[in-house]
Amino acid sequence: MSPAVRLRGLEKHFPRVHALRGIDLDIEQGEFFALLGPNGAGKTTLISILAGLTRASAGSVEIMGFDVTAHYRDARRALGVVPQELVYDPFFTVRETLRLQSGYFGLRHNDDWIDELLANLGLGDKANTYTRQLSGGMKRRVLVAQALVHKPPVIVLDEPTAGVDVELRQSLWTFIRHLNKQGHTIVLTTHYLDEAEMLCERVAMLQEGRIVALDRTANLLHAGAERRLLLDLVASELPDFLKPRLKGREGNHYVLDLPDFGDLEGILAQLRGAGITIRDLALRQADLEEVFLKVMHGGRP
Amino acid sequence: MSGFRTLLYKEILRFWKVLVQTVGAPVLTALLYLLIFSHVLEEHVQVYPGVTYTAFLMPGLIMMSVLQNAFANSSSSLIQSKITGNIVFVLLPPLSYMEFFLAYLLAALIRGFTVGLGVLLVGLFFADIELRHPLWILAFALTSGAVFACVGIIAGIWANQFDHLAGVQNFVIMPLTFLSGVFYSIHSLPPFWQSVSHFNPVFYMIDGFRYGFFGQGDVNPWLGLAVISPFVVLLAGVTLMMLKSGYKLRH
Repeated sequence: MSPAVRLRGLEKHFPRVHALRGIDLDIEQGEFFALLGPNGAGKTTLISILAGLTRASAGSVEIMGFDVTAHYRDARRALGVVPQELVYDPFFTVRETLRLQSGYFGLRHNDDWIDELLANLGLGDKANTYTRQLSGGMKRRVLVAQALVHKPPVIVLDEPTAGVDVELRQSLWTFIRHLNKQGHTIVLTTHYLDEAEMLCERVAMLQEGRIVALDRTANLLHAGAERRLLLDLVASELPDFLKPRLKGREGNHYVLDLPDFGDLEGILAQLRGAGITIRDLALRQADLEEVFLKVMHGGRP
Repeated sequence: MSGFRTLLYKEILRFWKVLVQTVGAPVLTALLYLLIFSHVLEEHVQVYPGVTYTAFLMPGLIMMSVLQNAFANSSSSLIQSKITGNIVFVLLPPLSYMEFFLAYLLAALIRGFTVGLGVLLVGLFFADIELRHPLWILAFALTSGAVFACVGIIAGIWANQFDHLAGVQNFVIMPLTFLSGVFYSIHSLPPFWQSVSHFNPVFYMIDGFRYGFFGQGDVNPWLGLAVISPFVVLLAGVTLMMLKSGYKLRH
């Protein structure tokens, strides 16, 4: 089975910028994959190359085993892209837009699927509205629908939730998850790292045109994990058995190192044995944002 | 080919939805030229024996409308799509550059012909118009319209903003069409300007088209077609090369 996306030695030079500096990456079919990185890291350039909007300076790109230049028709049929910019064609209604987009992909009688898309994206009552009359969030939904008219096995979303309200975000992710469960491969870029953490099985972090971290989300979190136990005790000082774990204090709380949350039970038993009362307790573990910042500042996760 | 059909349909729908601007306005402009020039010159100018000045003027106005609107359709559609960014909708699908070219070319011709037909229908109220050689009319309309449709595609892809397009319109299209003999026969010009006119390809387009109506013109229509055809081939070639390379459309 060929990977959904396969990049080998991908380079992109713009006149003044070396945007991509040798990217090798396989995204397997059925994955929910996040492409993260600060502005200017090359995420959008990479997506543009996948989509055939930009041509690579060197290296190869395949979508579902189809080279994006040599077999561009098959590659483009296999790919649905939700662009970052909120673009629309003011001359057409939502339904016309989706019918035209279907036609470009050679699908002439696509209204059943179009209706399903409209319903799933909360656009059912906007089918005959001109796209220029829609709010930003609604325009975003139309873009998502447009990317899906041809039921592409690989779906790329370039910051789909930028400037989108909470409700749409929720319904969008529910729908995208549903598509992922049906076997569609999802590639996502986002600035909201909590979204990536919640949704994506695997993450690549890009910096200055290079992949600086690539792993399963769980592994990244675990490797970057500084798991901490925060304790506020009714006691004059920290009992000796906890002193080796002490990392510092935050207000009344001792901040203790706790790499394995399973040790908690033993600690609580020992405290009870020593007759020490706990006033407050909290567990803390690194989130993707912390891991991301650490990676971006040169640390390995 | 279904992708091509859809793109052609979209390009036609685009101007059809704003018919007042895209067809109504240019027909009105042509009508104004007709009224003013025929009022001023009807009594004073007779170019061909047995042909009134108003009748003489009609084919030129029709052809000018066809050319200008073929240019306007492809160029304005492309620049609007580029500036608003919705050009990605046609760049993401599996359309070949040939499908892309043919769709924009044909839509431009259809827009040009629609306006031309509008001018002809309005003109019938003002002059008796014959259609002596319909095949010549069609041959010149198709080849000349294709030249301007290609120039429109090239300009639309090349231009980064509406100003660039207005520049082409004002400094290339307008002078070439106005100085092509729409309003006069070049035989009425001093010898020097007559020779200059022979270097203007639009002169052959107008003259050949007019020949189709009256069976007389300033030059032989075969010569006209021989001058225009290389332009069709050349400009279509340039357009196709631009589209194939992705110039200004795909980085």
